[in-house]
Amino acid sequence: MDALMLSRLQFAVATFFHFIFVPLTLGLSILIAVMETIYVRTGDETYRSLAKFWGRIFVINFAIGVLTGITLEFQFGTNWSRYSRYVGDIFGSLLAIEATLAFFLESTFLAVWIFGWNRLSPKLHCLCIWLVAFASNLSALWILIANSWMQHPVGYAIREGRAELTDFLAIVTQPFAIQQFFHTVSGAYILAGFFVMGVSAYHLLRRQHIDFFTKSFRLALIFALIFSLAEIVQGHIHGGEVAKIQPTKLAAMESHWNTQADAPQWLFLIPDEKNERNLVEFGRLPGALSLLAYHSTAATVKGLKDFPPDERPPVALTFVAFRTMVGLGFLFALLTVVGWFKRNRLLESPTYLKIMLYAIPLPYIALQAGWIVTEVGRQPWIVYGLMRTKDAVSPIAASQVGVTLGAFILVYTLLGVAAFYLIIRHARLGPPPAPGAPAGEEV
Amino acid sequence: MLPTIWFLLWGVLWAVYFMLDGFDLGLGVLMPFLAKTDTERRLIYRAMGPHWDGNEVWLITAGGVTFAAFPTAYAVMFSGLYSALMLILFALIFRGISFAFRDAVASPGWKSFWDWSLILGSFLPALLFGVAFANLFQGIPIGEGGLFQGGLLTLINPYGLAGGLLFLLLFTVHGALWLAIKSTGDLHHRAAAMARRLWPWLLVMAVIFLLATRRWTFLYDNYLAHPVLFLLPVAAVVALILIRLFMGKAQWWRAWFASAGLIGSATLFGVVGLYPDLLRSSIDPAFSLNIANAASSPLTLKIMLGVALTFVPLVIAYQVWAHYLFKDQVREEDLEHEEAY
Repeated sequence: MDALMLSRLQFAVATFFHFIFVPLTLGLSILIAVMETIYVRTGDETYRSLAKFWGRIFVINFAIGVLTGITLEFQFGTNWSRYSRYVGDIFGSLLAIEATLAFFLESTFLAVWIFGWNRLSPKLHCLCIWLVAFASNLSALWILIANSWMQHPVGYAIREGRAELTDFLAIVTQPFAIQQFFHTVSGAYILAGFFVMGVSAYHLLRRQHIDFFTKSFRLALIFALIFSLAEIVQGHIHGGEVAKIQPTKLAAMESHWNTQADAPQWLFLIPDEKNERNLVEFGRLPGALSLLAYHSTAATVKGLKDFPPDERPPVALTFVAFRTMVGLGFLFALLTVVGWFKRNRLLESPTYLKIMLYAIPLPYIALQAGWIVTEVGRQPWIVYGLMRTKDAVSPIAASQVGVTLGAFILVYTLLGVAAFYLIIRHARLGPPPAPGAPAGEEV
Repeated sequence: MLPTIWFLLWGVLWAVYFMLDGFDLGLGVLMPFLAKTDTERRLIYRAMGPHWDGNEVWLITAGGVTFAAFPTAYAVMFSGLYSALMLILFALIFRGISFAFRDAVASPGWKSFWDWSLILGSFLPALLFGVAFANLFQGIPIGEGGLFQGGLLTLINPYGLAGGLLFLLLFTVHGALWLAIKSTGDLHHRAAAMARRLWPWLLVMAVIFLLATRRWTFLYDNYLAHPVLFLLPVAAVVALILIRLFMGKAQWWRAWFASAGLIGSATLFGVVGLYPDLLRSSIDPAFSLNIANAASSPLTLKIMLGVALTFVPLVIAYQVWAHYLFKDQVREEDLEHEEAY
């Protein structure tokens, strides 16, 4: 393999791993902030214990997210130096702004929150976790603005052999960026909601810490319900944006080969990239693709065959990832709606609780699939329509990248196992007994 | 004008990063020499706990600003120094995670694994940042079009190693002083003794480095052209002496601030000597990347300056507040609180 392929794999490994931990940070920070706010407002000590219990998991998860994020920032320079030089004027400044606005805020106030329980007034302490939640979501906004520029470059001019900034406002306010932000953070909130519900279900199934975990479950349920439903509507709007500005990605997402008006959708199909067709097509929904993408069955949807082969993304992977994401998205809505009707009798619904326990990994899969659609679907471009991925790689030796790729896989696997071991251990342990309460008593 | 301002800001950001993270990197290196018991090790973690992450963001920002303000230099520097940088990154990952993981499991094997992550994860960046910056001061083999012509071992040369040792001593003194501030009893005495014992070595290394700089780099050219700039190395020397004076009077906060001043002025001494180059080519000065041929567009620099002037003072304000909040010495009873590491 050459340095290009190795660098792509390395970036994929690093992003994949980073993004296992980031969504939980984004959503759980808000849930903890809500818990602590309820404590401050009502004085109910249970909510203080809730914030502490979930806070412990949050801290472990946060550490990995932050530290694996640093390698991502630096990889643009180490492995994608031609890209960095070509677009640094725009992309680099977005990353620098992210660090200045968000990273300082979240790391400083998280430390104050962890160590400040006895040093700050409850209100000020609660404000700290809100700042952490705000800052981590703000950082998501800036990194997604940067990513959106790679999906749909705006506000630039090519001068002196590179892309130079001409309109900052156009970049930070482009609709695609706003859509991508809402889509990603909603996914993250669903993930955090399912995580909290799943862990709570584990304890409720065992009839332990019932009050504690019923409160956790209900809070997370409302959160996940709102964003599961919103995500379906928003995802549809987001898909419309993709259809407008990234026609090759849309065609790959649907494995849609021939340009046609009144384009159908298939309930089931198997892409056959080599022969530019679908091997199996089953369950025709007439006009559905045209309708979903352009709000009219008469609309023409461009097929992959209308693009030169060297401008098409990998079809099968993009297609499968998209289907996985959408299918799971509907499942999340279903599960949370069912949960809404069972919210007052969770203990009498062991089957539902069991399902929710085993559903913990599903949003993780859905979010990774979403990123595959975004990033693989953008290929062969690193900046859509402007720069090809193969022109972006650093002039470095394949052997160098091979060694670091091996190190990434080894180290990240080790850390991943250790992190999940700790998180699962802590989650199963449950909250510590309340001060003064005899051991084993309900908290 | 804008590129010059950004060049200085770039230098200041790296200087601030070294001044801040320097103490926790140095303290990580010293941990096996200072702590005898598990409790003492926990106290050392706790002395850095509320600060190390906030300190490290200065590194992310320094990297981000290199990317934003001088993208071409960022591209060449980071791909050219590929292996060294990756080593630093892996070290920083292990070290950072050791803070969150170490006390989560009570097994001695687990703890010792993360302790060594902290020690090595602090040692490698402290050394390698010094090696890397000394090589930047000296010039690296950049050919035409910013292509790095060196190999894996290019950075390993006498001047680079001198830089590495200097950074290691700067940071360990800085870390020992921090622990002297933060601890009581035996731990405090050991930290204080360590700082006093390391100081003469730092002095010797600083003199060697200044002489080696004369021998192997062109850094003094700017100083000879504008002698007023000599105030910078003079400030470093004064700070170095002040550390000793304050240590003698057992004024640890002051000694620590003097040490921070030393690290800051030493970094800026190099950066100012480098001006206007960011990456000096050791092959041909014509291939050097400087503020003219590596900078971003004026619009980007202007927007970034607006962001920096608005938000960096704010960052400094709340980080100072956070430091003030945790200014007390760390005692054993602090470890009993469940939120402690």
